Amino acid sequence: MRLGRVVGTVVATRKDPRLVGLKLLVVSILTPELKPDKGYEVAVDTVQAGFEEVVILCTGSSARMTERTKDAPVDATIVGIVDTVNLD
Amino acid sequence: MNVGRVAGCLVSTVKDPNLKGYKILLVRPLNEREKPFFALDAVGAGAGEVVLYCRQREASYAFSPEFVPCDAAVVGIVDELNEELP
Repeated sequence: MRLGRVVGTVVATRKDPRLVGLKLLVVSILTPELKPDKGYEVAVDTVQAGFEEVVILCTGSSARMTERTKDAPVDATIVGIVDTVNLD
Repeated sequence: MNVGRVAGCLVSTVKDPNLKGYKILLVRPLNEREKPFFALDAVGAGAGEVVLYCRQREASYAFSPEFVPCDAAVVGIVDELNEELP
């Protein structure tokens, strides 16, 4: 799982019926030190994350393992809003 | 599966209900070409320990039969590592 910052939203009218009602957010990837890393991901939001929030992303086929994204054609899901990261 | 070292942890209050009760650890793979990532803890690993992890969809099988959205899981604590690479 990786960290990211919510930087935007995606609006799509014509889409797969199983995506209807899901919120799509553009997430910029962060390093564990919360510095910007390369790349973006469009992820389904299941936790009501807001703009500029740091979130934890689940990618690949495990993205379908939440109640909302079950059997949906999704490969990235926001599964949590990050409070703090403790580095040893 | 591969081996890495636990380098920190993450605190999240608002998260998927199926993630509740699990520790989220920062794992730095011992192979330094790979980037650090966050993994769900299935065995009770602690800071600084060398652990065995698995990634991708198989990670969520560590918590089976629960339905846990995670793409990386710590599935073992390494006691010793005998490395004999060519």
